[in-house]
Amino acid sequence: MARFPFSAIVGQDEMKLALLIAAVDPTIGGVMVFGDRGTGKSTAARALASLLPPIMVMDGCRFGCSPESPRACPGPCEGTKASKRPVPFVDLPLGATEDRVLGSLDLERALRTGEKVFEPGLLARAHRGFLYIDEINLLEDHLVDLLLDVAASGENVVEREGLSVRHKARFVLIGSGNPEEGELRPQLLDRFGLSVEVRTPRAIDDRVEIMRRCAAHDADSNVFAANWAEEDDKVLHQIARGQKRLAKMDVPDDVLVDAARLCSAIGVDGLRGELTLMRAARAYAALKGAKLVRREHLLHIAPLALRHRLRRDVLDESGSTARIERTIAEHFV
Amino acid sequence: MTDQLADALLAARLLAQDPSLGGMCLRGGGPARDMVIEALRALLPSETPFRRLPGHIDDDRLSGGTDIAASLASGTLVLQRGLLAEVSGGVLIIPMAERLRIDIAGRVSQAMDNERAFLLILLDDGAEGDDRPPPALMERVAFDLSLNAVRPADLATPLPVPETATPATLDSEDMSALAATATALGVTSLRPLLHAAAAARTHAALAGRALAEMADLEAATRLILAPRATQLPAEAEAPPPPPPAPEQPEREQEQNESDEDDTPPDIPEDLLIEAARAMIPPDVLDLIAKGRAQRSARGGGQGRRTGSAMRGKPLGARPGMPGGGVRMALVDTLRAAIPWQPLRRLDPAPEGAGPIRFRRDDLRVRRFEERATTVTLFCVDASGSAAMSRLAEAKGAVELILAQAYVKRAEVALLAFRGTGAELLLPPTRSLTRAKRALSELPGGGGTPLASGIALARQLADAIAARGRTPMLVFLTDGSANIAADGSPGRAQANADALTAARTIAAGRLDAVVIDISPRPRPEAARVAEAMRARYLPLPFADAKALNAAVALATQPERKRA
Repeated sequence: MARFPFSAIVGQDEMKLALLIAAVDPTIGGVMVFGDRGTGKSTAARALASLLPPIMVMDGCRFGCSPESPRACPGPCEGTKASKRPVPFVDLPLGATEDRVLGSLDLERALRTGEKVFEPGLLARAHRGFLYIDEINLLEDHLVDLLLDVAASGENVVEREGLSVRHKARFVLIGSGNPEEGELRPQLLDRFGLSVEVRTPRAIDDRVEIMRRCAAHDADSNVFAANWAEEDDKVLHQIARGQKRLAKMDVPDDVLVDAARLCSAIGVDGLRGELTLMRAARAYAALKGAKLVRREHLLHIAPLALRHRLRRDVLDESGSTARIERTIAEHFV
Repeated sequence: MTDQLADALLAARLLAQDPSLGGMCLRGGGPARDMVIEALRALLPSETPFRRLPGHIDDDRLSGGTDIAASLASGTLVLQRGLLAEVSGGVLIIPMAERLRIDIAGRVSQAMDNERAFLLILLDDGAEGDDRPPPALMERVAFDLSLNAVRPADLATPLPVPETATPATLDSEDMSALAATATALGVTSLRPLLHAAAAARTHAALAGRALAEMADLEAATRLILAPRATQLPAEAEAPPPPPPAPEQPEREQEQNESDEDDTPPDIPEDLLIEAARAMIPPDVLDLIAKGRAQRSARGGGQGRRTGSAMRGKPLGARPGMPGGGVRMALVDTLRAAIPWQPLRRLDPAPEGAGPIRFRRDDLRVRRFEERATTVTLFCVDASGSAAMSRLAEAKGAVELILAQAYVKRAEVALLAFRGTGAELLLPPTRSLTRAKRALSELPGGGGTPLASGIALARQLADAIAARGRTPMLVFLTDGSANIAADGSPGRAQANADALTAARTIAAGRLDAVVIDISPRPRPEAARVAEAMRARYLPLPFADAKALNAAVALATQPERKRA
């Protein structure tokens, strides 16, 4: 069954934008999606992964080595040829154990032959792709810590059970959760690059359109995918163009000043917010095909990059998005 | 009322016809439930696998993996097929689904998303108001049906027989009607809406129609959307008295005569909402009317029963099987196996045996000491006497502690007593959003049913302890009870009842604090605290911060019955 096409997702513009920015610049540090169940969060993430062109992976490598830098993994990686594979999309199950995520000692081999062999975990499988975690707020804290650490460093280091293994694990982390069912600690939230708030489309027309497209997809997914192939191609080109432009994207000084002003006006603590804001603005400008970052790029993505970094005010009922928009209106219009 | 059984059997027919509906959740009704499962069995091809998922299943058995014990015994790698693979193309039945661990639920929902390879039947044995099955699974099954009202006589209903149908379609207007109905009922998630559309199509197909019509939409609304309603549809301007019967045909004629444009799509939608209204149980209406839609009654903490085998302070090793998150202690396993090697070498070597011969008994697993999550249960006296002076302060204190709990990821729950009874306002949760809302909606005024408040607190504390978490009770009251346990007024009886209830707290060995929120400390609150064997903290004119400090002090590890 063909996956639901990315361009056929109705609405959810902010989430789609965040995913595209992360695809253009994977170093942005992951996307946190807040929202109810059944809003198409995982459909969008999955769709993006299947939209991207396949990657080349060395044959027989369990760590996803690319032909450009073969044998960069702990091995065994003896293959001489590489073959195409779809961009990995790993859906981390709720309640996954540390062993499954990090990788662990291959017990069977250890007991039977006395060999110390590392059994790669989900992080190795997600290398060069996406790691999606539904209900990340219900995940054990220590596991979230660990995932964010690996996502930021791009490397998984295992030092336990007599193993000492390190392997590359570069992936776009996408977390989702409903704040009604438990929240993520602010320390963890801050480490996500972007955040979006998704709601189910309320307009009847949108909902009918969703029903229609899902019915068409269920009836014959291949025909449906073919109908949307052209639109998906456009998105793909946009990403490719963005990736190319990103390398030489300039940030003028006045935009840097704007970013600093905005962060201090909103009261974002720490450097991370400002850096991510700049990165996201660059990626957004690249995605839009601009030559350099302008103020409008910066302001457009400010809520995505900053809303989860505001200090929680127990007594302030208005949401973080409203606070950012208010500040922008006060300082930049 | 045979309607419930008829609906469940209809749901079974729809599921047999269209597996994309995911499955169903059946609440209560022992034998009736078995009958519905039997009906599904009769409807599906005879070779369809039916599997039950026991709550204690481990990860390897669920998803497949190495069978360590068998591998060791045979000396070759023995893989076991997971239950989720076995049930592919069949029906997975989860008994006691309301107690299912979230890690298992996560696995199951993932398998449903990826392959959509089986139908899921959740058996919900929870009592009214208890936890429901994990929301991730409830989302993925189309039907949520209760069988509580089924009578033994109904069980004589004949089982449905397999049927074939040609697919039907749903036109745009019908889709809009369903979408509008879902919105009016406050069903925001898209999955139920998509399920409803699929059910309407399948319902039409079963009736031999090529295009779905009103009856199909009604069935879809009644079976799928109505049980998930979180709000009452806004009433039409005129309340819905039975429309004058004789006029009805005339109107229909008019409509038939006039143009299509004169029949806007919202007419079926109104009728659909009527269909839904009939299906919504009265107590749900009650809840909704109070503006607190029945949300999933669990906070973020559910499923934190992770045994001490997983994490925490290391305690050393014990014999046992690794797997399901339990990690093997390699060195201890070797240490256990080595002394037996000379003896074991006397036996002929099994095929593929390594230098060391292991038996199943040698395996050692790690053990950890884990501290149970604390749930702080606030029991707030919202009666008139308390409300006058201190309710606002009590609210402030709870908010401050909430903000702390949010950082520490402890859980909080909130119950209030006023008027003639006590009420749980917030089940244990880690969600600041919900806690704040529950608190701001907390009304004040009325009598002081202290006994009811303490009794409910005891009941909740037991439920919390049963889930492996540590309850901690914080009473904010002035101790002046004036409503007895049975709801009748009278200070003397009320005080006696309160003391009796308080003694059950002591008998249950529960940690408790009584914070006296009367402007001047009174002997009543102190007596209640004494009966509970709780700490007593008189706090005349305390502000929220002082209350917070008091609770922090009282919940220090220094325990009174260490």
